[in-house]
Amino acid sequence: MLEIKSLTKRFGDKTAVDAATFTVTEPQMIGIIGRSGAGKSTLLRMLNRLNDASDGQMLYEGTEVTRLTGTARRAWQARCAMIFQQFNLVPRMDVVSNVLHGTLNRRSTFATMFNLYPQGDIHKAIEILDRLGIAEQASKRAEDLSGGQQQRVAIARALMQDPAIILADEPIASLDPMNAQIVMDALRRIHEEDGRMVIANLHTLDTARRYCDRVIGMRDGRIVFDGTPAQLTTGVARDIYGAGADFSEAATSTAIETLGKQGDLAPA
Amino acid sequence: MQGMTDMTDVSLGGGGTTADIQSAYMEMTHRKRMYGGILLVVFVALMASGFVVADGRNAGGFWNGITNVFDFPSEVVAEAAENGANIPGLMVNYLPSLIETLNIAAASTLIGALAAILLSLLSTRGLARWPRLTGLFRRMMDISRAVPEIVIALVLIFVLGGGPVPAMIAIAIHTAGALGKLFSEVNENASLKPVEGLESVGATWGQRMVLGVIPQVAPNYLSYALLRFEINIRASAILGFVGSGGIGYDLKNAFSWGQGRYDEVAAIFILLFLTIVAVDQISSHYRNRLTGSH
Repeated sequence: MLEIKSLTKRFGDKTAVDAATFTVTEPQMIGIIGRSGAGKSTLLRMLNRLNDASDGQMLYEGTEVTRLTGTARRAWQARCAMIFQQFNLVPRMDVVSNVLHGTLNRRSTFATMFNLYPQGDIHKAIEILDRLGIAEQASKRAEDLSGGQQQRVAIARALMQDPAIILADEPIASLDPMNAQIVMDALRRIHEEDGRMVIANLHTLDTARRYCDRVIGMRDGRIVFDGTPAQLTTGVARDIYGAGADFSEAATSTAIETLGKQGDLAPA
Repeated sequence: MQGMTDMTDVSLGGGGTTADIQSAYMEMTHRKRMYGGILLVVFVALMASGFVVADGRNAGGFWNGITNVFDFPSEVVAEAAENGANIPGLMVNYLPSLIETLNIAAASTLIGALAAILLSLLSTRGLARWPRLTGLFRRMMDISRAVPEIVIALVLIFVLGGGPVPAMIAIAIHTAGALGKLFSEVNENASLKPVEGLESVGATWGQRMVLGVIPQVAPNYLSYALLRFEINIRASAILGFVGSGGIGYDLKNAFSWGQGRYDEVAAIFILLFLTIVAVDQISSHYRNRLTGSH
């Protein structure tokens, strides 16, 4: 399905992503882990074509995505939805309008300028919001919602695109543990129920273990691990993060139960 | 507007089914579209009727004149192209007057901007030295903006005689008003926390402004002041028409001698254009440096 061949991104003399190579043969839920600055975001931004690759190729079902330009490139971006850490919604517009932005690639600039969307799309947008449990917020401004709700609006916008791939760049990094779980559950459900490929940058190991079928570890721009969560031992994790023996998975965890476990251990 | 929002909150917040939410949202969308449509119709009607009135008052008539709009520029361009070889020499000839024009613009921008900083600080709520007098300083800025600089220049030329000084004063007055308004909007967005911090150590008003506010707002001040400098170059060129020297005076002469001198007109326009481009490039360079060092 998706084939990435030595994809490279250089900023000046710094190499952010160094010859990343991997193949995805079926719609999986993939987690990308690594320290900040390891090149995770740059990799996702290249997949969506927000940034151009300096070198290498990316093929989706035989099409060379890295070469698309103009309309074809925007059509690819519509098929390959992106979710951001800071949600990247239009704060002063209402929730449904933000979700309808997912259809922009199919609509003319003129019609969307005047907010003229077909009734079918509006109904579909509200159904998606309902599926994510935030339909009651439909007419509120995006900026009036909590972080977790805003991220679900962003997911709804992605779903409105009816994409083959959903890219999520640190989707839960600005959320509290409770909302992080709701958002990750939503992404997992979308993967399972709709059969869409999900690729998420995650900054915590336990989230990657819990939600993903496959984990890719990056360090200094290179892919240093690619396997199942079971293969991701503490030793491998130390290697990915370049950490010493004092590295503990619980230290990077955001899950509520892990904190509980730590609390149990403390008195012993 | 407030009532509308409340209504939708009630109708959507009741935890109804998806269908309820859909119909409520559609209703809201239709209402918004209707308002938008009515506004659009009113706008188009006003524009059309206004145009008809204006066209009726126009001595020659808009539709008769429109075909001649490009006659004069094409005449100038044609003649300038014919005498194209003269233009570089003429540009060198006009360089001293251009420098005079630039000097008028630079001096007036500098003096006007300094006055604008003071006026803007005195008229910003939360920063003003005398909070009750903010209105007074605002009206002062309004007046200096409202009087056209050409009127001030004419009065001053009558009093002081022709030359660059009246033009400089006239432009400085207008600049103080125009920049003061923009600066005070910048000041309103400045954080009051550093100001409070300085107040807590017993700083005077002047110290609080110079050390607490100016560092926050300097990049924005600079970019507005540089834009104003560009505008002032054009303004000081125009004031040359009424006898304050500089390149505007030469432009007026070249124009009024009419045909045969259009290569001079072209040379002056090219000079002015190049100057504006140069100022724009230089100013964006310094603006980037100032904001980049944050």
